[in-house]
Amino acid sequence: MRTLPRRLGVAIVLAAIVVFLSIKLNAFRDYQIAEVAVYFTAVAGLTVLTGLSGQISLGNGAFMAIGAYTTALLLLHLSWPFIAVLVVAAAATAVAGGVVGIAAARLRGPYLAGATLMLGVALPSIAYAWPGVFGGDQGLNVVFTAPGFLGANFPLTRWQAWVSAAVALVTLVLLGNLVHSRIGRNWRAVRDDEVAAALDGINVAAARGRAFVVSATCAGLAGALLAIVTALVAPGAYTITLSIALLTGAVIGGLGSLAGALWGSLIIVLVPTYVTDVSTSHGLSSTVGANIPIVAYGVVLILVMLVFPQGIQGGLQRIVIAFFGPNQKSRTWRIAPTPHVTPSADETPASQHEKEGTS
Amino acid sequence: MKRSQRLRWQATALMTVTTLAVTACSSSSSSSASSPSSSSAALTASAPGITATTITIGSHQPLTGPAAPGYSEIAPASTAYFDYVNANGGIYGRKIVYKYLDDAYNPTITASVVHQLVLQNNIYALFDGLGTPTHLAVVSFLNSQKIPDVFVASGCECWNQPTTYPETFGWQIDYVREGKILGQYIAQHFKGKKIAYFYQDDDFGMNGIKGLSDEIPASMVVTKQSYAPTNVNIGPQVAALRASGAQLVVSFSVPAFTALLKLYSLKLGFNPTFAVSNVGSDPTTLAGLLETFAKQGGATVNGSQLTNGIITDLYLPSTADTSNSWIKLFTKVRNQYDAKAPLDYNVMYGMAVAYTFVQAMFKAGRNPTRADLVSAIQGGLPQGPMVAPFAYSSDSHAGATGAYIAITQNGVGVQQGPVLATDTSATGPITPVTGTQPPPPASGIPSP
Amino acid sequence: MPVVEFLQLTLSGISFGMVYAAIALSLVLIWRGTRVLNFAQGGMAMLTTFVAIEVIYHTHSYWTGFFVALAAGLALGAICELTVVRPTIGKPPLNAVIVTIGLLILLEGLAGIFFGGQFRSFPAAFSITGLKVGRTSLGVSRSDVFVVAAVLVTTLVLAVAFKYTSAGLRMRATAFNAKIAQLSGIRVARVLTVGWALAGLLGALAGVLVSPSTFLYPNSMDVIFVYGFTAAVIGGLDSPAGAVVGGLLLGIALSYASGYLGGSVGSELTSLIAFGILVAVLMIRPDGLFAGAQMRRV
Repeated sequence: MRTLPRRLGVAIVLAAIVVFLSIKLNAFRDYQIAEVAVYFTAVAGLTVLTGLSGQISLGNGAFMAIGAYTTALLLLHLSWPFIAVLVVAAAATAVAGGVVGIAAARLRGPYLAGATLMLGVALPSIAYAWPGVFGGDQGLNVVFTAPGFLGANFPLTRWQAWVSAAVALVTLVLLGNLVHSRIGRNWRAVRDDEVAAALDGINVAAARGRAFVVSATCAGLAGALLAIVTALVAPGAYTITLSIALLTGAVIGGLGSLAGALWGSLIIVLVPTYVTDVSTSHGLSSTVGANIPIVAYGVVLILVMLVFPQGIQGGLQRIVIAFFGPNQKSRTWRIAPTPHVTPSADETPASQHEKEGTS
Repeated sequence: MKRSQRLRWQATALMTVTTLAVTACSSSSSSSASSPSSSSAALTASAPGITATTITIGSHQPLTGPAAPGYSEIAPASTAYFDYVNANGGIYGRKIVYKYLDDAYNPTITASVVHQLVLQNNIYALFDGLGTPTHLAVVSFLNSQKIPDVFVASGCECWNQPTTYPETFGWQIDYVREGKILGQYIAQHFKGKKIAYFYQDDDFGMNGIKGLSDEIPASMVVTKQSYAPTNVNIGPQVAALRASGAQLVVSFSVPAFTALLKLYSLKLGFNPTFAVSNVGSDPTTLAGLLETFAKQGGATVNGSQLTNGIITDLYLPSTADTSNSWIKLFTKVRNQYDAKAPLDYNVMYGMAVAYTFVQAMFKAGRNPTRADLVSAIQGGLPQGPMVAPFAYSSDSHAGATGAYIAITQNGVGVQQGPVLATDTSATGPITPVTGTQPPPPASGIPSP
Repeated sequence: MPVVEFLQLTLSGISFGMVYAAIALSLVLIWRGTRVLNFAQGGMAMLTTFVAIEVIYHTHSYWTGFFVALAAGLALGAICELTVVRPTIGKPPLNAVIVTIGLLILLEGLAGIFFGGQFRSFPAAFSITGLKVGRTSLGVSRSDVFVVAAVLVTTLVLAVAFKYTSAGLRMRATAFNAKIAQLSGIRVARVLTVGWALAGLLGALAGVLVSPSTFLYPNSMDVIFVYGFTAAVIGGLDSPAGAVVGGLLLGIALSYASGYLGGSVGSELTSLIAFGILVAVLMIRPDGLFAGAQMRRV
């Protein structure tokens, strides 16, 4: 997807697929399309942050919470049209992302991971501290209906799927633009070798901060979508589990790749459902039956990482190359080279032996 | 491994995963086992989720995750009672199929599984959805789809909104009523003493306190301490309770935190009387949690010694009261269909709410539509295992109206005084309930 | 009395803080040796504690269960390293993170299947009634003292072993420069496994010490892990001393916060306060309190 026309083409094709599927498949699948779109929006931002600019974030769930609460509050108190709410939610989260980005500029590797982990854990508890505003444990209800011109019988799930997919595709195109622009190249330069990038005149701190802003904005949009899809914004929905799921989706799908963000989102949404159906239909005790999907999900994560170290997108690429041979074409959607999410520059030499092992 | 070998490995793995995924996506997952039946010709598929032989209902429950301990016992207990009913003629000959899915107490997952249950599994009704924030995520959806949303497992008043949520019904006593009933007893029996509140920082705790405050004069309350369920270190709160000189602590806490309250009080040498909401006072559960500390706490051997003297409000019979005919019934069902579970508060809750559902289904008729179930409940239901009548009517979708005060002795809640019923308003009276609790039918199944 | 209250809060903070320190120490051990962030540390601790409670239940002996848990921790750590983590060495660093996350989820699911999802009451080593000074009961019990002592003793034993035994020397050499250590004949792979085994032991210790206060269930160590990880980051992931200091600092600070802000407010804001402390430390020293020498940036 190197050029803008190509990206738009991909987006239009995907939009057509979504519309087709949303009409052909049942209402539950529409709901799942909406879920996939929500996660894609967030995971795409995260994969850019972590894969392209090399900054790990375990706190993007907190940014989703900011977007979601902004949406809920605006819809509750001001009844603005959804587009306006989306813009404001994105802006609010972008500001938060900027603040975090500034603070995170000096942090590397596990220290950044620790700080963002704590952010992901701590931010939702603000909802408990001011229950009058944020609704406390019960959260805020979100009312979202399909517009009148579609007719009274238009299923809400289909409308949710369309809106979410539209936002996701816009995000895809915009992120694609960024990734292939100079900003994207700067990110990769900063990721690969900070000192060299600085010598080259790149403002490292600004580039890193910009990545956080972009990633947070995507998460904020995803949060806004999640608010209208699930109709409730409560702290129980934005726990650290969400942040971890996003990171997992990004890495499993293929870090740094937008197609990878799609695979990751599909896994997040589809794997738990499938295994639940299987386990409850075999007469297992309820505790065992409920934990089997958990065990299966853990095993899937481990296996995919061991078998496809570059994630699913990386695996797909290698298979395609194996069958069709390396050529100009396949390089256009090749996954980003191995990111160095390394600790600070004064790391101990013990890590050298790992770095040399990577490509 | 050679590069080409590894690639083949990866290709095979990928193709397997893809095939699995495609199969998964295209498999239908309806679970009603409908074979053409030769039963009574009068039974028809009168509504989605109802066939000639089955009634399929769904629920969302926290089966895994931090909220699972305790609550995950409820759905298997309901299933046990449904199995008992199914084995003894079912509902007009139909078997109940109870499909409950795990939501890990996460509202996002709740929304997802309830969409699946309604849109893919075509359930007839949503039964006993558990949790306040979780169920709030799906209550509008259920009502917009006109799915009966019966007997929500939460004491929030939010389920009693017949105009906004006509399909939704509560079941257990709500927290405000509880607070009032407990509060009145305390105000009468602890005049002049210092009272402290200890409560969970969500609607459960806060509504409980609201009810208490309607009955207990503010001058008696020396301190209020809340806790967050994510933070087990309640040492500072208990220290504050001790420092306030409270002689009675009223606690709206879940069992784990009631046990922690007791443990930290032991540690600090703080020995007030405790009054605990029924949510967190079950002697069987508490004894299990406190057992390993019993010796150190000065008790002789078992954990139930540490629960002696706890004042609570019960809207169902006390779980260890083996003389009660409802407990006998539930013990029988448990022994046969859920043998590994202890007969504690959650297990009894599961069976009791299942009993009420079966009553409602019988009342709904031989070939009920969804609307029939809603009108059956609105027409009023017999109280069943409840100690006080239900409040169901076309104006009220609230469940239990009353409870009795009990003091725990040797693991059993011993009733003190009559069953008391009230409403949720600040000034509404608390009145004794006349008549005794009717026993279950001999078969253990409500009659049609 | 304010002095008593201060003393009480400090002592109870130290008690919880030592548990965080144990988790932090195990994370540091693994990070130094294998450059992996072990997100499964809490899950491993939980599983070994379940093993302990089963042993205690069947033998009626706390200490048998205690030492079996430690042994199980050694075994579990080694097994995890050999099966699941070893293949990720040399691959992109985030893969190991995802693998340990998968391991955590797997362990929690297995615990649910084999031990059930309900609360288990876990005994304390000694009496839980508060020690008395005169007639006032301090909010600190013999069990709390044991918690502090157990972690301190284990830390000191490990420190001494690292410094004065040849096995310890091998581990330090591998952590310093694995290539050269390999060239001088050290079996680096085995050293890495031992590192993980010791981390498993520390996690098992933390689990057994804290479970009386949290009750034991598949997710019971999740919150403890988060604070342990935070403590490790505060202290600096390469520094064992930092892990202990970070744990103590966090435990005491959170205790003061709960105590002086009022239990209600404090308990809700615990994570925010921990976040504040973490950010404050990292802004001043981005690699933790006990970071190594800073390189000058161009």
